[in-house]
Amino acid sequence: MIAELSFGVAAAVLLAFMCVSMLRLAIGPTAADRAVALDTINTLVVTTMVLLGAAFGQVIYVDVAIVYALLSFVGTLYIARYLEGGLK
Amino acid sequence: MNVLIYVFLAIGAVFNGLGAIALIRFPDVYTRIHGATKCTTFGSIFSILAVVIYGFARGGGQGGTLAVHALIALLFLLLTNPTGSHALARGAYRGGIKPFRAVVDRLEEKR
Repeated sequence: MIAELSFGVAAAVLLAFMCVSMLRLAIGPTAADRAVALDTINTLVVTTMVLLGAAFGQVIYVDVAIVYALLSFVGTLYIARYLEGGLK
Repeated sequence: MNVLIYVFLAIGAVFNGLGAIALIRFPDVYTRIHGATKCTTFGSIFSILAVVIYGFARGGGQGGTLAVHALIALLFLLLTNPTGSHALARGAYRGGIKPFRAVVDRLEEKR
């Protein structure tokens, strides 16, 4: 009972860190800064989904986290290729 | 067992917070990649390990499933996170972004 509550509290703390990273996403001077902030937010989202799956006792949240990790990786690779000088 | 879960969650939260602070405080793209990626990867390892310990301690069908799926998520995170940040740094360098207060560029000279 207490362990589930602590997972929920940790997820809320990670949500606050996501908001801090969102600040860099908004004010980043270059496109690469925004891409780095988005990559950080993606990692935090995966961790938060696993924590919420433990907090609510739902295994399906963890499966969503696995799929989200793979899809955000593909998105990051596309953004990196775009930064390299356009999609050819 | 509960104490171990709390300690791992605390370590994970602290390192994820350090990653977010690094993203705000550091001066250019490369140092931001350095700080954010390393700290969030390390913090995520400990946060997900807390979930794995909780799942194995709870036992039963659902607890074991939770633990194994969290381990798979951790494996994918460990595979994809350094690869993605390496691709971002490479793309930023080829896109012409110089490091902050850089005087010489040995990588450019070597080419």
